[in-house]
Amino acid sequence: MAKLRTRKHKVVLARSAGGDAGISIILILLGVFMFLPMYYVVIQSLKPLDELWMYPPRFYVMAPTFKNYRDLFTLMNISWVPFSRYIFNTVLTSIAGTFGHLLLASMAAYALAKIKFPGRDLMFQAVQMSLMFNATVTAITQFILMSALGWLDSYLAIIVPAWCSSLGLYLMKQFMDTNVNDSVLESARLDGAGEFKTFWVIAMPMVKPAWLTLIIYSFQGLWNAGASMYIYSEQFKSFNYAIGQILAGGIKRQGAAGAAQVIMMLVPITVFVISQSNIIETMGSSGMKD
Amino acid sequence: MATKKAAKRAKNHGDMTMLQWKLKEMRQNWVAYLMVAPYMILFALFTIVPVVLSIFISFTDFNMLETPNIVWLKNYVTLFFDDDVFLIACKNTFIFAVIVGPTSYLMSFLVAWFINELPPKIRALVTLVFYAPSISGQVYLIWGTLFASDSQGWANAILLEMGIIETEIAFFQNETYVMPLCIIVSLWTSLGTSFLAFIAGLQGIDHSLFEAGAVDGVRNRWQELYYITLPSMKPQLMFGAIMAITGSFGFGGIVTALAGFPSVNYCAHTIMHHLEDYGGQRYEIGYSSTIAVILFLIMIGANMLVKRIISKLGT
Repeated sequence: MAKLRTRKHKVVLARSAGGDAGISIILILLGVFMFLPMYYVVIQSLKPLDELWMYPPRFYVMAPTFKNYRDLFTLMNISWVPFSRYIFNTVLTSIAGTFGHLLLASMAAYALAKIKFPGRDLMFQAVQMSLMFNATVTAITQFILMSALGWLDSYLAIIVPAWCSSLGLYLMKQFMDTNVNDSVLESARLDGAGEFKTFWVIAMPMVKPAWLTLIIYSFQGLWNAGASMYIYSEQFKSFNYAIGQILAGGIKRQGAAGAAQVIMMLVPITVFVISQSNIIETMGSSGMKD
Repeated sequence: MATKKAAKRAKNHGDMTMLQWKLKEMRQNWVAYLMVAPYMILFALFTIVPVVLSIFISFTDFNMLETPNIVWLKNYVTLFFDDDVFLIACKNTFIFAVIVGPTSYLMSFLVAWFINELPPKIRALVTLVFYAPSISGQVYLIWGTLFASDSQGWANAILLEMGIIETEIAFFQNETYVMPLCIIVSLWTSLGTSFLAFIAGLQGIDHSLFEAGAVDGVRNRWQELYYITLPSMKPQLMFGAIMAITGSFGFGGIVTALAGFPSVNYCAHTIMHHLEDYGGQRYEIGYSSTIAVILFLIMIGANMLVKRIISKLGT
């Protein structure tokens, strides 16, 4: 469907060949700049130790090996807390944090964008302002709060603050403003749908690209989270933290460090690819309405 | 003005007072409060209360050990008149924000816009290439390897081979290179959430607008951009702007990771570092809260400026 639309688009709108060429060149140059370091990360992880310390450093591997990955798994197996526990911790907090945030922030964003009630501007302003206040300073008061709630050293201390992060609400509100058509909501309400139903059945599908973006953003933030000041028991600590500990072992762990880097980045990238393919599907189906 | 208001009130809600009217509106929209409640209660607890407390603490000499005394503006006076490092930090932060903020913003938007008309499969691949650096956590540490201080570093090796330099340059320990390199690295990671928001925003634009524009005499893609695309995605542009502002004024993490903390001779010391120095290492919470308040005000100022520019688009 999307293909057909593009073609139709070409007929209507003038696109100069020079402009197309210029844009392609800029994209390729920028793309190379973005891609080369990422490529180097992967290459480094496949180099045997002697190639890692070779002069001059090379942009290719002569004898690619998975030894670094095997080393990393060996190192994982000798950790004091079973390594699966760290992975479990990070997966749990990433998923629970992301989906809780998605639900609460979308619901609040819907009400703020689409229902006129006293206080909504004030609430939105507060969220917007809070984006600009530094988290290091508020960490101390938050710590006191956590200890008062008895949440220190538990998953709650990581998951619940993620639910009310300002960014997701702000993003969802901006998209609800542009992408959700008021007249559609109005007719749903006239048909007797309550606000919750209107929100879930009508508005949410219209802002699918927004909440897929939110999922990617929130997930990668939680996934990459290192040591938290609220957690001190080893069995609640994160995957990223544990990897960091393993790699603090110096030069002889350089290879394993490269492998860890690749494994750490593979998961958010996978989440991204899955949700991107969803965005493309949305595009295809929205094209049918034309 | 007053008569207009009164007339409006009479028209809208008969002879009710403003307060009665508000209460009625609140009762009518109780569902809305129910919908925002879960988020807002947590938000108030974990964000509003700590922020307000921090602003209050900025007027005290709280240091986590002694009972805090209220010192009014003493912290603010010290910060501006008696703290040379803060002035360096301000200078660096502004240099950084002025370069990286607009550049990353424009780059995110232009790339999103350029790739918008590509076929979906190719577009997804290109998006991945551009977005991967910012999603992959601490992957920017690779720049430390590329610009390592010994000849195993890729940059040094090339320069040595070509005979441009005689001995290796310690890039991240050299005042001349730290700031520019950190700027490059942060541009490398800057196609982040706002980039995705732009892509999503561009896809949400109603295509009949473009066709109508073509009929109305839009001649090329730049006119289309200015008169149709930009005005249609103001909320996303605003979102991107906030991300650029908070990202560029709150910059510091990359410098710490690559050049250490503090950087050589404070050459890349930012407001963020100054704040972490006092808050996280010296436990002078009062003073670091003062820095946070100043940073907050700077960002709000930048935000108002950007808001004004964006509201003028397409007019």
